[in-house]
Amino acid sequence: MTIIFQILAIIAVIVVAIVMLRGGGARNQAIQRIFMLLFIVAAGSSIFVPQVWTFAARLLGVGRGTDLLLYITVLAFLGVAATTYRRFRRLENDLTAMARQVALARADNQQNSSEVPEPPAADGDK
Amino acid sequence: MCETSCMAQTWVVVPMYNEASVIASVIKELRKSLPHVVCVDDCSTDDSAAQARSAGAIVVQHPINLGQGASLQTGFEFVRLIPEMTEVVTFDADGQHQVQDALDMVQRLRDEKLDIVIGSRFLDNRTDMSGLKRFVLRLATGYTRITTGMALTDAHNGLRVISRDMIFELQLRQNRMAHASELVDQISLHKATWAEHPTHIVYTEYSKSKGQSVLNAINILVEIIFK
Repeated sequence: MTIIFQILAIIAVIVVAIVMLRGGGARNQAIQRIFMLLFIVAAGSSIFVPQVWTFAARLLGVGRGTDLLLYITVLAFLGVAATTYRRFRRLENDLTAMARQVALARADNQQNSSEVPEPPAADGDK
Repeated sequence: MCETSCMAQTWVVVPMYNEASVIASVIKELRKSLPHVVCVDDCSTDDSAAQARSAGAIVVQHPINLGQGASLQTGFEFVRLIPEMTEVVTFDADGQHQVQDALDMVQRLRDEKLDIVIGSRFLDNRTDMSGLKRFVLRLATGYTRITTGMALTDAHNGLRVISRDMIFELQLRQNRMAHASELVDQISLHKATWAEHPTHIVYTEYSKSKGQSVLNAINILVEIIFK
């Protein structure tokens, strides 16, 4: 029976990996929010009706409900780590582009020679 | 050999971070034969920028520290604005490269009409290095060969000569050390013509102390995989 859970967990890990490697956007954000909602429901239900978790765990072949909850938490954490990494990466790219423009603009002002004809145009750096 | 007059169009990009003790002599040496030097100061905390300026380089200063890859890209974007620029030399600030090697590489780029000439420590036996460093660099070239199909012997050499056209194609996004591999990726992506040129690297105590630890190879690998 554990094999079912292992397959599901692996699929979840792959989904997280794909989300991590592919671009973001509104659709991704929507999916993230759906997961967040599910997580809130899961958290609430584990407090008020823990039997449901034990039932679900047995169904998936994972022993106890707490174990199932732990697994889901680990997966959710992975997802958070992945999206956070991506977000920081994007921020870093933006910051780099801006710092670069500042550097080039300042070099321009200092020199005021003919070697550099015009301030750098903002290019399509994503 | 090519003298100053015909080298006038060659620009040298020197990424620099806290190199105050050596940068002036490196730039003076460079400018004897390659007068156009732009130093990208990656927000050094010492007076590297003033030293570089006094030695006659144009200094472009990052307002915050971004990394060597970002410095190179800033240098590339700076020289793109210069209409007379015909090729760009990338040269490390710590003085480990030989100016004569750079001149030979420029000549070769022109003679063979190449897009890029990359320096290599492994084409002859001039460069002296530790066995571990040699091994890690070999691993890196193996990785490059697998991912790009380019049979480079030295993927992480800071000395390169890049043609004007190629400078406009390059877009380095790896701010830190993974930029060397990224550059090779982009060369292969653009099907650029390239050659490797034997260069001599002098590992002084100074450049060794500034150089990267071999453990950094792990960081580079992670940065490449999780772009």
